[in-house]
Amino acid sequence: MASSSRGRESDERPHVLAVDDSLVDRRLIEKLLTSSACKVTTAENGQRALEVLGLGDGQHANNCVSEINLIITDYCMPGMTGYELLKKVKESSRLREIPVVIVSSENVPTRIKECLEEGAQEFMLKPLNQSDVMKLRCYMMKLSHPSKGQLCIGR
Amino acid sequence: MEVGQLQKSFVDYTASLFREGFLDGQFSQLQQLQDESNPDFVVEVVSLFFEDSDKLLNDLTRALDQQNIDFKKVDAHVHQLKGSSSSIGAQRVKNACVAFRNFCEEQNVEACLRCLHQVKQEYLLVKSKLETLFTLEQQIITAGGAIPMME
Repeated sequence: MASSSRGRESDERPHVLAVDDSLVDRRLIEKLLTSSACKVTTAENGQRALEVLGLGDGQHANNCVSEINLIITDYCMPGMTGYELLKKVKESSRLREIPVVIVSSENVPTRIKECLEEGAQEFMLKPLNQSDVMKLRCYMMKLSHPSKGQLCIGR
Repeated sequence: MEVGQLQKSFVDYTASLFREGFLDGQFSQLQQLQDESNPDFVVEVVSLFFEDSDKLLNDLTRALDQQNIDFKKVDAHVHQLKGSSSSIGAQRVKNACVAFRNFCEEQNVEACLRCLHQVKQEYLLVKSKLETLFTLEQQIITAGGAIPMME
């Protein structure tokens, strides 16, 4: 099941898709993001995330939710892992430009390497806090307002 | 009890929970996220944690009670519990889960059963302490006071 935080139609806020099988973590990431002035859609698994992105089975692209500016996904999820979701996003010509951030409670170097090699923007350790989310904002701004351009002071 | 005394009790109690390692910095994060638009955020997330944990502990008890224990399944449950306890700052529960996972890997039944007992103890402890904390908060609000911000 996916849910969206309420916002005006002509919403200028970056729209983040947060994917996590843990209800506690979904609520936490949603609040962290809305407190950073983001619009949030949550999904409890990879399959549901794909549906939100318009990549679900038998879906047409224009059935999906409004433009997503960033995807944050947990790595360990039953069914489709965050890595597998990342691959599917990067395989799609329509979606591959969306930055994908992988989060995990485990610091596994081979896992981090494989995600970064597959095109993840960043790999972050859980639990996330407000300063982690602040760092993510620069990825979102670049995509939704390319003309405004924002100097992103790196990690 | 008057508001000032209630507020002092709250501050002292919260400080002791951090000092004794029941809670860590992540809990402070939750408190900082609470605002006028989400005045019950901490209670909400902690309640989700309680529901999730009750279920996971039941699942773990059942899984370890089987003739042929599926250690991968046990590990998956502990991993989940470790994750959610870490997310709300329930440090001692999280640490108990870390130890538990090591024994899952070793497929050591006796040790796993001991760990399950330990995790349950820590969970019940932190649950009771958080409920006391929330009751204190409620008393302050009822007496017309504001919840003190912890440093």
